[in-house]
Amino acid sequence: MIEVKDLHFSYPTGLEALKGINLTVEDGEFLAIMGQNGAGKTTLVKHFNGLLKPTTGEVLVNGTSTKDISVAKLARNVGFVFQNPDHQLFSESVEDEIAFALKNFGFEEETIKKQVDWALNLLDIEHYRKTSPFMLSGGERKRVALASILAWDPQVIVMDEPTIGQDHQQKEKLQQFIMQLNSQRKTVVVVTHDVEFVAECNPRVILMSQGKILVTGKAEEVLTNPKLVAQASIVPPQITQIFLKLADLGLPTDVIDVHEATKILLEHLRRRK
Amino acid sequence: MAVIETKDLTYTYPGATKPSIQDVSVTINKGDFVILTGPSGCGKTTLCRTFNGLVPHFYNGILEGEITVAGLKVADHKIHELARHVGLVFQNPENQLFALSVEKDVAFGLENSAMPRDEMRKRVDWALQMAGISELSERPPHELSGGQQQRVAIASVLSMQPDIMVLDEPTSFLDPVGAEKIFKVINDLNKKLGITIIIVEHRMDLAAKYANKVIVMNEGTVTLTGTPRDIFTSEKARLIGVGIPKATKLYQHLKRQGVTLNNVPVTTEETANLLLEMLKHD
Repeated sequence: MIEVKDLHFSYPTGLEALKGINLTVEDGEFLAIMGQNGAGKTTLVKHFNGLLKPTTGEVLVNGTSTKDISVAKLARNVGFVFQNPDHQLFSESVEDEIAFALKNFGFEEETIKKQVDWALNLLDIEHYRKTSPFMLSGGERKRVALASILAWDPQVIVMDEPTIGQDHQQKEKLQQFIMQLNSQRKTVVVVTHDVEFVAECNPRVILMSQGKILVTGKAEEVLTNPKLVAQASIVPPQITQIFLKLADLGLPTDVIDVHEATKILLEHLRRRK
Repeated sequence: MAVIETKDLTYTYPGATKPSIQDVSVTINKGDFVILTGPSGCGKTTLCRTFNGLVPHFYNGILEGEITVAGLKVADHKIHELARHVGLVFQNPENQLFALSVEKDVAFGLENSAMPRDEMRKRVDWALQMAGISELSERPPHELSGGQQQRVAIASVLSMQPDIMVLDEPTSFLDPVGAEKIFKVINDLNKKLGITIIIVEHRMDLAAKYANKVIVMNEGTVTLTGTPRDIFTSEKARLIGVGIPKATKLYQHLKRQGVTLNNVPVTTEETANLLLEMLKHD
């Protein structure tokens, strides 16, 4: 569990990026953090694994303040996948990249081999085992970065913009995979601008603006509120946009899912006949 | 009139065992707004790199077949000659920005083209304004957020006012409102200045309403070309994994249930209007 208590954070330049954040992330939860560029989303999640420490307030991971524990120790519990994979990748081959942290954590060779194979297979990159990460496309590098974190099986996985450069099929896989992690009581926190991805996954959503949390709630409540969404520089999902234009017909407007939308329209047609 | 024409274009990076693009033949006309899409690793970025000569002149490797851009044979012309016609905005803005201030980054291309100072000043201000980053002009690019850097990268290409702009996922780091703004800017450049636009994009919900042509690549080859409407209703596109916008998906789901709208929509406006039309006539 991650508890954030009245967290304020200022960068050395004086910029106050977080202005009093209160938040609890439960074990096994899927949370999406959204909001405009510069709202403080990445700054917030960097506190979850101790990369940044609060200026005032505190962040507790499983009851321990991040001020009292090293990043290396925290990383065992909280894996962080960066927005830009090039900030993370450095090894000669994809295989070495994934094995690196496992070696550092002191796993046995047998376990390392097993975990590397598992992660390569999971992210659909086993054919790149011996390839340099820098030969791969942006989307593929992103998957290598994710695999290298998942390999050591952290309790919490934080992903900053995981859908950038991913095609539709990879996004569907990512979604299934997050659900699978949740079912194993793993916590997944995603920072994303991808409204359609969030509409499909339906996680708990936090909207941020100017260093503060605007609102937190279910995706279908938060993303269908035009006022809140605009405040966070987000656009409602396409299905919601369509239903907002049909509001005069007496149809609901809190719809994000295409299957539900179809059902509502069919029902509406049936009743009018 | 074709501004980019490739014929059986095949390219292999140095040390690679197989080509990244193979037998690619595409024609892009002046004023086109093209979405280039396909699974990650299918060769989209590599194809874009041939448009301004980064492939083969910078990356070396083996280029076979033909490619002509703005009337110039890419094989015979240097990157700086091609750069006058083609501006490339990279997927990752950090790979593009290097100067100590935003303004200097945006002015860099112009300085190299020996433009008079007054004119240069005007162009830089215009590009910064178009990209919505006038207030960042003195800031060092490496201190900016990913989204802000993306705008700087766009401004630095814009300032050159090229005939063709190639943008590789130009809004991936931007919040949705920021992304819409950039797409509107790009659309203005296309519709008002006649600049040919080629955008690499997975998120069809953002790009579909502006484009007149979609090129779908898979495993290094071009498998489909057509209008957004053609592509979103193509079974082949679905199988390759092209992300069909929800506006079109809703149409498809209704059709499967026996309710057919009068046309295939590709935008939320079109879907909403078709639904209103049907529900009113009912």
